[in-house]
Amino acid sequence: MIVQALTFYLFAGITVAAGVMVVSARNPVHSVLFLILAFLNSAGLFVLMGAEFLAMVLVVVYVGAVAVLFLFVVMMLDINFVELRQGFLQYLPIGGLIGLILLVELVLVIGAWVVAPDAAATIAEPMPAPERMTNTHALGLILYTRYVYLFQIAGLILLVAMVGAIVLTLRGREGVRKQRIAAQVRGRREERVELKKVPTRGGI
Amino acid sequence: MLDIGLAHYLTVAAILFTLGIFGVFLNRKNVIIILMSIELMLLAVAINLIAFSAYLQDMVGQIFAMFVLTVAAAEAAIGLAILVVYFRNRGTIAVEDINVMKG
Repeated sequence: MIVQALTFYLFAGITVAAGVMVVSARNPVHSVLFLILAFLNSAGLFVLMGAEFLAMVLVVVYVGAVAVLFLFVVMMLDINFVELRQGFLQYLPIGGLIGLILLVELVLVIGAWVVAPDAAATIAEPMPAPERMTNTHALGLILYTRYVYLFQIAGLILLVAMVGAIVLTLRGREGVRKQRIAAQVRGRREERVELKKVPTRGGI
Repeated sequence: MLDIGLAHYLTVAAILFTLGIFGVFLNRKNVIIILMSIELMLLAVAINLIAFSAYLQDMVGQIFAMFVLTVAAAEAAIGLAILVVYFRNRGTIAVEDINVMKG
């Protein structure tokens, strides 16, 4: 029990501290690195809650892909980040006020809620016992049967996002020689080959 | 205090979500930080979903958390692509300069 509590406080504390650093770091590269730290520690929280598969997905997809994508973009854009920090203190009061109001509201909600008496009857897919089935196995059994359409739509969303990102950022450069296979195939013999009558000993 | 329950996880998620909102307000000029703040908020949502999934012993919460992560990844890719195109055209990423459409 005490080990679980200590682990929770460790992961939760580092996650929140990293979140604070994400929004307040001077250098955006540091922000991205703290974002990675926050993701890794939330993966620890996911493991504590028994969602091992999602924890690993978070590490692989977020730390491995999304955060690195952020890092690439931050390093690729040549921006004077000091200029972008202007107005940081100007927005501090209003941002702090709205954040405080939201936090108080959320804490009030968390402090006051009760479980509906018939909540147990509304469970759609009961979680199997960990001894009987792993988390990944249980997720797969539901995801590929009951939620297969949503799964396909999620894949479609990712496809559209990928195509959109490529279309947005691809630019055709001028003056680059490259092979145009269609033009090659379309070419006729008359355009490409010229027969010359060469007289003997005369040369061309 | 030592008995970790649903309320603890919900509190962490609430703090993370608030930090995300706070970051959007604080970094009004830097779109990259705003996108990262949105990622923090979506992470808080995923923590909420998984916490309730563990509390109610219902697998559907984890399924939906997975879909939230999918959409968040797509959103990050598109957002960064738009950011790169915008930087190429304007040479800056300050949000306050994005007023061409006068919305």
